[in-house]
Amino acid sequence: MPKLINQQAELVADDYLWLEDLAQLPTDEQQGLLVPLALWQQARAELQRFKRLGVKLASDEFAELIAADLGKFSLVAIEFPKFVDGRGYSTARLLRERYNFTGELRAVGDVLLDQLHYLKRCGFSQFALRDDQNLAHASAMLQVFSDSYQSGVDQPQPLFRRRQLA
Amino acid sequence: MYRYDEVDQQIVDARVSEFRLQTERYLAGELPEEEFRPLRLMNGLYVQRYAPMLRVAIPYGQLNSEQLRALAQIADQYDKGYAHFSTRTNLQYNWPNIADVPDILADLAKVQMHAVQTSGNCIRNTTTDQFAGIAKDEVADPRPWCEIIRQWSTFHPEFAYLPRKFKIAVNARASQDNAAIEVHDIGLQLVKNEAGELGFAVYVGGGLGRTPIIGSLIQPFLPWQHLLTYLDAILRVYNLHGRRDNKYKARIKILVKALGPEVFAAKVDAEWQHLKDGPETLTQAEVERVCQHFIDPDYLPAQADAEQQLAQLRSDKPGFDRWLTRNLTEHKQPGYAAVTLSLKKVGIAPGDATSAQMRAAADLADRYSFGLLRVSHFQNLVLTDVRLEDLPALWQEAKEHGFASPTVGTLSDMICCPGGDFCSLANARSIPIAEALQARFDNLDFLYDLGDLELNISGCMNACGHHHVGNIGILGVDKKGQEFYQVSLGGESGSKASPSIGQIIGPSFSEQEIPQVVDTVLSVYVQQRQAEERFIDCFRRIGMAPFKEAVYAKAD
Ligand code: SF4
Repeated sequence: MPKLINQQAELVADDYLWLEDLAQLPTDEQQGLLVPLALWQQARAELQRFKRLGVKLASDEFAELIAADLGKFSLVAIEFPKFVDGRGYSTARLLRERYNFTGELRAVGDVLLDQLHYLKRCGFSQFALRDDQNLAHASAMLQVFSDSYQSGVDQPQPLFRRRQLA
Repeated sequence: MYRYDEVDQQIVDARVSEFRLQTERYLAGELPEEEFRPLRLMNGLYVQRYAPMLRVAIPYGQLNSEQLRALAQIADQYDKGYAHFSTRTNLQYNWPNIADVPDILADLAKVQMHAVQTSGNCIRNTTTDQFAGIAKDEVADPRPWCEIIRQWSTFHPEFAYLPRKFKIAVNARASQDNAAIEVHDIGLQLVKNEAGELGFAVYVGGGLGRTPIIGSLIQPFLPWQHLLTYLDAILRVYNLHGRRDNKYKARIKILVKALGPEVFAAKVDAEWQHLKDGPETLTQAEVERVCQHFIDPDYLPAQADAEQQLAQLRSDKPGFDRWLTRNLTEHKQPGYAAVTLSLKKVGIAPGDATSAQMRAAADLADRYSFGLLRVSHFQNLVLTDVRLEDLPALWQEAKEHGFASPTVGTLSDMICCPGGDFCSLANARSIPIAEALQARFDNLDFLYDLGDLELNISGCMNACGHHHVGNIGILGVDKKGQEFYQVSLGGESGSKASPSIGQIIGPSFSEQEIPQVVDTVLSVYVQQRQAEERFIDCFRRIGMAPFKEAVYAKAD
């Protein structure tokens, strides 16, 4: 099982049920659900009844595909099929910065310690660390850099603007 | 040059701690090679044919004497007492131990240096003209812009895992392009519009390698304020849409070609509309802050008779005259010149320097050039600010340290990648070819008679030796496990017009045949040239046929 952590490297419970097809749809509408984009597109009506709904984007499914629906989701998961596939970083920033998504943004798939810092800067709030990753290092890897040059979701003002204020 | 403030230093120091942790995890077996690989590459560490190779960034080729001494110290302490200056103006150590690399990076950080993003599928070291800031015909000094790009690209969170490596070059001269911007992923040409405002012409999708392509102009005038937001837009389009299924098709040039430059430009523009005027919009204050680091040194007024005295000395000493003719570059400041310290001594691999030479070059810089140096993509060092009256003394000292080969810009000043002697990607060795050619064509009169001639050698299609844009290009190829060399003619970079990509002359040659092939090519040129016609101009006039005929007639 992947270990789900937040930006403080604390373990958090995954209270979303990963649903692959409608046959397994629970009756309790309070149950959190995480569904692939295709399932959402095919079964919007059935899924919308659930209060806590998450959608999962594959790395080649881009932000604009869910932009209009973002208000319905409390969670968006972005999949990293391989950690070197960097498309999810752009998707995350677009969701946060262009489409103003404020719910949980979760990195899933090949999520490794050494990418946590970058993921966090791009707006991910949760990280489903691959199960072999040593949690003991997570906090260090999230805190290596105390400052960054560029604008990011965590710090919209690039360093050069803050330098001018200092 | 740019000096770090506290935050710059903190960021580089943090990177060292991060990589120390990662290396420890790797050495402890916690981090598998496959996952360590991109991390070490982004810290400049390759695993080469015989040993690891560490590539240190020399941002836009600029270096001070203290840094060069630190580099020499590292060569002594962790390597075999020498290092290699690369065609991307970086420095490579060929024999460090992986376990030592965090310590090397820590030593580098003490002199405001690093190996950040010198490899890997991320934004690499930005390059520019080796004479930036001292050339007469600059629209503006490109170095502050390179530094602004360096900071923006350093650990850019969104673009650390691009489909492939990404190189940006900046040129500021109207008449010349030593940075070869049109063969980069992004080429930026500083320009002024009719109102006299500064901006950039933006070229995208150029590159050498397997599919050499000249970049397309997608934005003729980008006001400087928008530089970073526009770069963000280009990189985002590439990050999302660049191919990731085939590493040979993953460079941005393939995307630009597949979409067509107009469609690509439209996509970038659509993306940019959202980013434009956002927080990354550059401010006057930031540009001024960075420009402060690149103000001219305190030049002394030119001595009235300096030029005369030089002229006298030149006629007395032919060696001095030769050196000045080839190794001196004009300076915007009267009374000053730039001097190229050649790293192309016959018998030594092009671009290699011993630690003693590095220290000597640092001393020369302190004594004669305000303590500053440049690395050129021709793999030489440059002292940018030398007083004319110091030239005789500098010449003497340069000779003592093996820097005075009076051959800059000639056939003997060839560009050569490390090739099969070091590089695990190589198809063939390149250094022995360079050595054989230097040895065969070592007659200065002959070299001068040939005049400006760029000969470039790469050990494989990755084209680190820029063979495509050499007037004569030599490429290592593998023929049934044997090392062979393909020769191309007619490439050019750095010219006023667009760079041109060389054409392959025909079937490849063995190592032994190469000097004779080059000899034949040169004889055709010598026979056919018109007065003062450069090799490249002659080639353009007469075409490939006479060369081809002569070369294969002899080879048969
Ligand atoms: S051109 Fe090929 S052989 Fe030469 S350094 Fe580059 S990758 Fe290695």
